Amino acid sequence: MTHSITLKKQGLYNPSNEHDSCGVGFIVNSKGIKSHKIISQGLEILTNLTHRGATGYDPKLGDGAGILIQIPNELFLKEAKLLAIKLPVDGEYGVGMLFLPQVEKSRAACESIISKVIAEEEQVELGWRTVPVNDKDIADAARNVAPVIRQVIIGQGNSVDGQIAFERKLFVIRKRIEHLVKSLNISDSANFYISSMSSRTIVYKGMLLANEVGAFFPDLIDESAKSALALVHQRFSTNTFPSWDLAHPYRMIAHNGEINTVRGNENWLNARQEKMKSMLLGKDLEKLWPLMTEGQSDSASFDNCLELLVAGGYSLPHAMMMLIPEAWSGNKLMSQERKSFYEYHAAMMEPWDGPAAVAFTDGRMIGATLDRNGLRPARYLMTDDGVVMMASEMGVLKFPEEKIVKKWRLEPGKMLLIDLEAGRVIDDAEVKNLLANAKPYKTWIKQSRFLLSDIKKSKVSFKLKESLLDTQQAFGFTQEDISFILKPMFTDGQEPSGSMGNDAALPVLSNRPKVLYNYFKQLFAQVTNPPIDPIREELVMSLVTFIGPRPNLLGIEETNPPARLEASQPILTLEDLEALKDIDKTTKSQFKSKVIDITFKVGDDESYDQAMERAVVNICEEAKQSVIDGLNIIILSDRDTDSNRLSVPALLACSATHQSLVKSGIRTNTGLVIDTGSAREVHHFALLAGYGAEAVCPWLTYETIKTLTEDFSGAQERYIKAIGKGFNKVMSKMGISTYQSYCGAQVFEAVGLNQIFIDKYFKGTSTNIEGIGIKEIAEEVHQIHKAAFGLDPVLINALDAGGDYAFRIRGEEHMWNPESITKLQHATRKNQYDTYKEYAELINNQTKKYKTLRGLFEFKQTKTIPIEDVESAKEIVKRFTTGAMSLGSISTEAHSTLAVAMNRLGGKSNTGEGGEDKKRFIPITKNSSIAEHLGEDIIESNYALLPGDSMRSRIKQVASGRFGVTAEYLAAADQIQIKMAQGAKPGEGGQLPGHKVSSYIAKLRYSVPGVGLISPPPHHDIYSIEDLAQLIHDLKNANPSASISVKLVSETGVGTVAAGVAKAKSDHIVIAGHDGGTGASPLSSIKHAGTPWEIGLAETQQTLVLNQLRGRVVLQVDGQMKTGRDVIVGALLGAEEFGFATAPLVVEGCIMMRKCHLNTCPVGIATQDPELRKRFNGQPEHVVNFFFFIAEEIREIMASLGMQKFNDLIGRSDLLDMQQGIEHWKIQGLDFSKIFYQPDMSLDVSRYNVEEQYHGLDKALDLEIIKKAMPSIEKIEPTQFNIIITNTNRTVGTMLSHEIAKRYGNDGLPDNTIRVNLEGTAGQSLGAFLAKGITFNLHGEGNDYVGKGLCGGHIIIRPPKNFKGIEEKNIIVGNTVMYGATSGESYFRGIAGERFCVRNSGASAVVEGLGNHGCEYMTGGTVVVLGQTGQNFAAGMSGGIAYIYDPEGTFKQSCNLSMVTLEKVVKENEQAKGPKHLNLTDEIILKKLITSHHVFTSSPIAIDILNNWDILLNQFVKVMPIEYKRALNELHAEIIKEVA
Amino acid sequence: MGKVTGFMEFPRIAEEYIAPAERVKNYKEFVLHLSDEEAKTQGARCMDCGIPFCNNGCPVNNIIPDWNDLVFNQNWKQAIEVLHSTNNFPEFTGRICPAPCEAACTLNINDDPVGIKSIEHAIIDKAWENNWVIPQLSKNKTGKKIAIVGSGPAGMAAAQQLARAGHDVVVFEKNDRIGGLLRYGIPDFKMEKVHIDRRVNQMEAEGVIFKTNQNVGGNVDPDKLVNDFDSVILAGGAEWPRDLPVPGRELDGVHFAMDFLPNQNKIVAGDEVQDQITATGKNVVVIGGGDTGSDCVGTSNRHGAASVYQFELMPQPPEKEIKSLAWPYWPLKMRTSSSHEEGCERDWCVATKSFIGKNGKVKELVAARVEWRDGKMQEVPGSEFTMKADLVLLAMGFISPQQTILDKFVIDKDARGNAKAETEGEKSYTTSRSKVFAAGDMRRGQSLVVWAIREGRQCARSVDEFLMGKSNLPR
Repeated sequence: MTHSITLKKQGLYNPSNEHDSCGVGFIVNSKGIKSHKIISQGLEILTNLTHRGATGYDPKLGDGAGILIQIPNELFLKEAKLLAIKLPVDGEYGVGMLFLPQVEKSRAACESIISKVIAEEEQVELGWRTVPVNDKDIADAARNVAPVIRQVIIGQGNSVDGQIAFERKLFVIRKRIEHLVKSLNISDSANFYISSMSSRTIVYKGMLLANEVGAFFPDLIDESAKSALALVHQRFSTNTFPSWDLAHPYRMIAHNGEINTVRGNENWLNARQEKMKSMLLGKDLEKLWPLMTEGQSDSASFDNCLELLVAGGYSLPHAMMMLIPEAWSGNKLMSQERKSFYEYHAAMMEPWDGPAAVAFTDGRMIGATLDRNGLRPARYLMTDDGVVMMASEMGVLKFPEEKIVKKWRLEPGKMLLIDLEAGRVIDDAEVKNLLANAKPYKTWIKQSRFLLSDIKKSKVSFKLKESLLDTQQAFGFTQEDISFILKPMFTDGQEPSGSMGNDAALPVLSNRPKVLYNYFKQLFAQVTNPPIDPIREELVMSLVTFIGPRPNLLGIEETNPPARLEASQPILTLEDLEALKDIDKTTKSQFKSKVIDITFKVGDDESYDQAMERAVVNICEEAKQSVIDGLNIIILSDRDTDSNRLSVPALLACSATHQSLVKSGIRTNTGLVIDTGSAREVHHFALLAGYGAEAVCPWLTYETIKTLTEDFSGAQERYIKAIGKGFNKVMSKMGISTYQSYCGAQVFEAVGLNQIFIDKYFKGTSTNIEGIGIKEIAEEVHQIHKAAFGLDPVLINALDAGGDYAFRIRGEEHMWNPESITKLQHATRKNQYDTYKEYAELINNQTKKYKTLRGLFEFKQTKTIPIEDVESAKEIVKRFTTGAMSLGSISTEAHSTLAVAMNRLGGKSNTGEGGEDKKRFIPITKNSSIAEHLGEDIIESNYALLPGDSMRSRIKQVASGRFGVTAEYLAAADQIQIKMAQGAKPGEGGQLPGHKVSSYIAKLRYSVPGVGLISPPPHHDIYSIEDLAQLIHDLKNANPSASISVKLVSETGVGTVAAGVAKAKSDHIVIAGHDGGTGASPLSSIKHAGTPWEIGLAETQQTLVLNQLRGRVVLQVDGQMKTGRDVIVGALLGAEEFGFATAPLVVEGCIMMRKCHLNTCPVGIATQDPELRKRFNGQPEHVVNFFFFIAEEIREIMASLGMQKFNDLIGRSDLLDMQQGIEHWKIQGLDFSKIFYQPDMSLDVSRYNVEEQYHGLDKALDLEIIKKAMPSIEKIEPTQFNIIITNTNRTVGTMLSHEIAKRYGNDGLPDNTIRVNLEGTAGQSLGAFLAKGITFNLHGEGNDYVGKGLCGGHIIIRPPKNFKGIEEKNIIVGNTVMYGATSGESYFRGIAGERFCVRNSGASAVVEGLGNHGCEYMTGGTVVVLGQTGQNFAAGMSGGIAYIYDPEGTFKQSCNLSMVTLEKVVKENEQAKGPKHLNLTDEIILKKLITSHHVFTSSPIAIDILNNWDILLNQFVKVMPIEYKRALNELHAEIIKEVA
Repeated sequence: MGKVTGFMEFPRIAEEYIAPAERVKNYKEFVLHLSDEEAKTQGARCMDCGIPFCNNGCPVNNIIPDWNDLVFNQNWKQAIEVLHSTNNFPEFTGRICPAPCEAACTLNINDDPVGIKSIEHAIIDKAWENNWVIPQLSKNKTGKKIAIVGSGPAGMAAAQQLARAGHDVVVFEKNDRIGGLLRYGIPDFKMEKVHIDRRVNQMEAEGVIFKTNQNVGGNVDPDKLVNDFDSVILAGGAEWPRDLPVPGRELDGVHFAMDFLPNQNKIVAGDEVQDQITATGKNVVVIGGGDTGSDCVGTSNRHGAASVYQFELMPQPPEKEIKSLAWPYWPLKMRTSSSHEEGCERDWCVATKSFIGKNGKVKELVAARVEWRDGKMQEVPGSEFTMKADLVLLAMGFISPQQTILDKFVIDKDARGNAKAETEGEKSYTTSRSKVFAAGDMRRGQSLVVWAIREGRQCARSVDEFLMGKSNLPR
């Protein structure tokens, strides 16, 4: 038996992909007074956070929970007596909390090691205690693997002086024990785990449900157990495998969130090993290595690092500031001292970046800090008797209101600290200023910092060794690299964008030599962590890079810090590189650089791969030797490439050198710079950075640009800017905000590289289908080189055509080509199955030209059945859907044609994220046309409708922009799809340019015509898996009869994410391939992010089956689905539904112009231009024909496989095999066995959907509310009633709104028809999608997501009557309030958290202060803030108006002015004539809202303002979006014209 | 890229023609190439398609969007380089190609296609004017010798490619001048022969040896060729004309088009021709509605025919094709050539039944109307009619290559009597006889000049691979 059956790596399932997120909280008596009550309250917090956790296939099987408390001395005294242990005074003994193997022999071995190490470290083994547990109520699966839990009590030895030193020693002892047990090689050594070993704190945790912790550990309910603090944690993991040790808290932290950069952080920590010296730890430091165990969680690694820093002498808050620094580089409001503090430490430690609320304690202090982006919620309160409670949400513990003196939240980058010894709360500013001023950081920075930009540059005298053309060819440049990639960058400073999907051959399947970069795919955040918006939230991004050696991490006593070389961004100019070469002269030899040539010549008796490998070995050796010789900047350069010398791919040289230096522990002694001709596009730079380059000089790109422009310096600047933008985007799609932590973080996976090669040069990178190795890579290098210097007449005067981005006759193979498109269009238009078969043959038969993984599959021979026995085509077509293409990205004609066709079939079409005209919800009953239904003015190309037709899209998409997402829209859905990611640009947002926003589209999206619309990269209500669970719950409430779907994109680990999504109660999961289409996306994303669906789908199926979750969800796959054979492959790999997007568009007439992003689609599909839409020629019948052809082909294959029922196909990957006899030089190395793998599970474990998720709606508070409100709902009679609410009542009012929307649409009921007076602390999503006619009047407080998607309802929240604090100085609602609201009103008597009114498009709100990122992406509505705002207000705001009460005149500093202007608010008669927001003057709007605020909340600020109206009015600032103003003026001009 | 919105802004304009009345007075070309400005806006109409169907519609896969863009940017020099990279002789195709590329142009789906041919025409004319077309001498000589039989577009293309690959190439032409059908099949008013001469000069400078009056299978022994050369390419065209075996066929005045057209070209070239067939003052009936028929119409009018009729057996095609079902393929539709504009009566569904003569000279033609049902033809009862005919020109296409030469080389033929050879794979363009290759009409049967160029190029690559083991020549 093991106590952690975290399954082994198998098939595509890899346990290292697991994610978790959680509820976290603590309670502390800041005076340090210990009591049992604190522990009980801690347990109560846990219980009330239960909904933030999840359960697996067994509802009793949670993901783990635990509590950290101070050592309960009284309890131990009592217990010691029983055990006849003589306990020293509190603080002089430590307790090791141990998970031990169940097998006696192994346990004994572990225990003897513990005794041995304690003795060797000269401490005293006082005795052992078996911890009593009560395991009868826990899940069987958890019990079966439960460890034997024992405590070892260790007395302080004589050699140790004081408790701090004792703690340090206990840390050393613990690490040594861990290492020794690991090397013991006992069969169940993995089951050994030390939860804590400290003289101050102890951790009780396990594979328990949150509410079970107390019951499981009788110690915790023993009255003699007392502590002044309790830190608790409830885990939500993506897996369901019971694991005791993955529960939190760890020894010093409990973490809610995810460290996105953990691999880089771990690597860098190892890289520092040799250089690290600690006065305090001395020789003990060596005993700590390896500090981290391979394969442990990010939180565990973070904990380890924190322990190291604290043991090394940093105070706990100091260490936390190093690990999770706030955004400082661009912060204008921060003091220079604090900036210097951060800058000083930046060279020592890169940020551990990612969404994180980390609660930390060492037993003396307890606190919490939030990541720089504020991506996790953390609220706290303080009582008048010194108790502080912090938790992910409020309401988890009840306090008498009159005792509460402060309710606040943790702000982005801020720290809350309680010092129990000092007996007080220390606020962020105090602790940070104290630390920032503790040492002369500012002076140190001045003395030690060299800015690259300041270093004098010598002139570059650089001549190409060969002609430019030949050199370009030697590095694989194509014509497309010039025209598609470089031109947009150096002319406009923009990253190049394109459209439609990627249908070109995968690099490993291509017959053409590809550069090594192309085999890597960017990873991206989905669900478990959010991507960042690098444009609108630029303040958190930083491209600062340090080139050169790093200081000793533990050198806290150093007073003469070593020199550091800093650059503002990592792209070097040719001059910069020269400066680096000569840097010893300019820095008085503080830096010395060395150029290492990475080109090679092939010897006479050598093969290309031998020569290249030899070169790589030499490069690594030379680098190592240089570092040993004291050179501290290594420049790997391929400038010597010529007709005789080939270049090692720069990426290979970079990663090999970086990894070899890391392995030797000397990486931080040197900087690593890549000087390469190969880097040209963003992806290249990102890869070099991800594998260790601190800076890159793309010398050949510069030489190329020189020949293409007359203004080289300007062009170079724009190019660097564009790459910088791209960098920010690539980092942020993974949720990483600093270059420093991106560097070396390896956030890539490989597709088509073999494991041997990866392990040797890119260790730690995931690669799932094997592929080519060093031999083939060398061959590609050779072929590219040969083409460059050979005699090919096509290449004498020109670069290779490329053909990767668009089809070219001499270019890369594409699935969509003239033949396939022609055949498909002719077949469907003529309804000719024969022609369809010719088309399908072109796609399916990949025996000569290989393009897709599935093209290499073949079906195993089985017995056939007559086709008549196979399920009918009419049944099969119901499994088909069309892809999510918004009205906006495509025309009304193209959009509705798909809907009509899918409804004729009984399949499903998808709205995309642009809303849907409610006229389309009405069924068609007579012969008519779309123009007749939608309006002659709306339709440019009419077509006929038949009785029974419907234009309603059965799938309603909910994406991050929430455009047109209203109660009515959701009520009209059969399925609601949450788009987490899109194949063409996973981890990125989108933008609909203003010229595509026609008045019709603006109407549907609740925006202003002509004003561009932004979809943020993240859903601002999903920063983690438990947030997704919340949104699923919200949407289920918004339409209980719709199934909820979550769309994910294939990447390594997607299966694990999908398992989490299934646990989050999604009914349906879509796995999209990387190659799906798009209306507009950066080219680098179309090409280089995500993986083929074959891999992601297989991983998902395997993981869900392993987790016994598959039966709960329907699995859909999409991404370049073209034929029936594609569908069969998808089914065999586990899908039951299939999405098609590009192919139906082709049927409608799309000819893959790839001009969607330009609005010039000449066939009227991807355009809003009325003239071009006239050219649309698609017909629903053609689409219907297409899907029937697909179904017919499926039936033929099913017959040949002997399958009658489609369900029988699902998950039968055993029927797949790799095509035999492929002789292709690159393909031979591929191995699909992981894709075809089937987990060994019993037959009763379902492989397709058989059951429904339990959403818990039967327990909803809304049931009671609906009952009481029935007279209003049915008869529109007013009702009013009272309701008590708590934090476990989530999503209140939404089901009620559904009832109204179902009957009355968005028109709802007359205002205030249903008045609900609520009391208490509301759970998350209070009043989500609240419909018109409902008023929620809450006395109490709200949590996150209040008024999400507000849809006409009114929400009023004010503190409880007996609250004693000053309301306008306390928090009243949490984060992301009013997200995506479309109409309605809200009044908040107090302060709101971060991201207030994000994407509001029509509601009005009054609030008395708010956090960062207020009104972000807002497109409409009115916001009044009667207090201060946080930073970055109005970022991306393109519509609506905000009025800020700013008596101190400080608002301007907090406002992001890139899209808005600030204006004065003037009296009504002074306001200029002309167009106005809501057609009213500012004064009238403002007065009305503030009066209402006063009436509803009795706000004294409101009264004060109203009483002094004439004086105070001009203290309001009006935030006016520039775009909105322009649009208002245009509309006004039009009206005037019409009148005239 | 041209201009992103160019296709919405600029209409297609056709190349200007000299007026019919004027142009029939001589045998000069009457199509004027676009001005620079016109070419620029026509180039701007190109949409730079994600999938350039034109590229595929063009048999030599001209990289049309690229040179459209270059012309838009007035970068003519690079435009000719790109154009020449796929097409050895754009001055031929720019004049006489029916432009399947334009049928495949995506603008042709619902608009007028880009005037690709006119742009091509402008590019190559400008290139010649500016002396940009110069010999490209190969750097390495291979020492391999290749004989090419036939100097039409296929033979010429193959010859140029192979010479540039460093081989010694000798072209054998049975006529007195180089060019094959280009020289003697296409009237000068469609393409003046100076264009061929210029190319021949360039190719000679590149090392190609042209030998005229060499009738392989006649005065030149095939076996000797095979023995003396490392390989032989048969590119002799498909010259066996389809006949009309009806009563009166033997009458004087009933001639194959190819007895009529070449002589006129010779005269234009300054030769003296014995017994030239002329149309001057005659009632001319051209049988066959294709391009050769058109050429007969144009030439007859220039001779000063009294009347010109043209009959076609097949029905009159529709005025416009159904684009959604035809595009991007070559559509069957009513086409009116420039020769028709010069004066001609056209009639469809006409089957010629006999010729009636006087003194051995044709005087009348008897024909009847036919109906087509399910691909079968039936005479319409009672529809027979007679008309005056002093000169009847048979332009009903070509059956196959002359069989004698194939027989003398002793190579396999396909079912249609063409030299048998595949176009794809390792053995592409190889005949059943070792070392002997076949390309152009001789392999594929009668076709377009542009197809001949394609085959010549592709065949050249196969020959190069055959001789050298590998090849850098593009296909």
